[in-house]
Amino acid sequence: MANGLIGRKLGMTRVFTEDGASIPVTVIEAGPCRVLQVKEDAVQLGFGAKLEGRATRAELGHAKAATLEAAPKILKEFGANQQAYKPGDTVTVGIFAAGELVKVTGTSKGRGFQGMVHRYGAGGGPASHGNTRHRKPGSISPGTDPSRVIKGKRMPGHMGAERHTELGLRVVKVDAERNLLFVRGAVPGAKHGILLVNKQHGRSRHD
Amino acid sequence: MDRMAAVAREGLRTDIPAFHPGDTIKVMVRVREGDKERLQAFEGVCMGKRGAGINETFRVRKVSAGVGVERVFPLHSPGLATIEVVRRGRVRRAKLYYLRKVSGKAARIREKREIVPQG
Repeated sequence: MANGLIGRKLGMTRVFTEDGASIPVTVIEAGPCRVLQVKEDAVQLGFGAKLEGRATRAELGHAKAATLEAAPKILKEFGANQQAYKPGDTVTVGIFAAGELVKVTGTSKGRGFQGMVHRYGAGGGPASHGNTRHRKPGSISPGTDPSRVIKGKRMPGHMGAERHTELGLRVVKVDAERNLLFVRGAVPGAKHGILLVNKQHGRSRHD
Repeated sequence: MDRMAAVAREGLRTDIPAFHPGDTIKVMVRVREGDKERLQAFEGVCMGKRGAGINETFRVRKVSAGVGVERVFPLHSPGLATIEVVRRGRVRRAKLYYLRKVSGKAARIREKREIVPQG
């Protein structure tokens, strides 16, 4: 069975348990993914379909070799603990079950150029009493010795729009009919963003 | 987006009566004590509703032993057994936060009378 698949974030909503507790969930359209290539301990999965004129001939040939009609939009490799797949097979959301833990990888929302307060949660300076260091970073290093700023010093800059993996999210519900995966909590990125959903062993961040 | 809307519609309850801010309502809340479950009534004035779809909530205020108590309930929660409209009130606001500042006569809410068509 494959360890994960490619999906698309649809948005967030809530699910009620029978005793009335509310669980915040992200709805992910996960798969179906076609197997493009079988490797040692891994499968290459494809998600979506490129328009015919948009795919390169190399992509079309790769897809055709796996008996696919169109070239997938996204190709990613996932670990597979059995060599149970052959090119052209379909991997569905059925590989997950409610109660399991997953990790979800995506591209976080871009925040543009942000200062220390928003980007790193710096405290900032006092708001009043003649103070003018409101959201400034403060001192960035000692003086004469070492006469330089150490590398990796956290400073204002571009925030977000980077790859992020959210670990330990609990699967609340699997809707095999509509290829939907309900995961407790938030996942990186905007609606309709591409996500990689992987199985995870270990603790949930929500327990 | 249609699919997301379809997902969000699924948990909606259809057995909830229409009620509006100003109405006096009686909410039967399921309370779990150990392995036993019982119903607890919370009766008061609906101060307002907010949210839409499955996220809709409403706020109920009652004065219990001289102390004002407000509770916010998710409208579509299965934790609510029933909602009963005790009295319909005529109010001119959607959010009745002014009730917190008034008591006695000023906190009264006029009853809404149905308009009977003539002839």
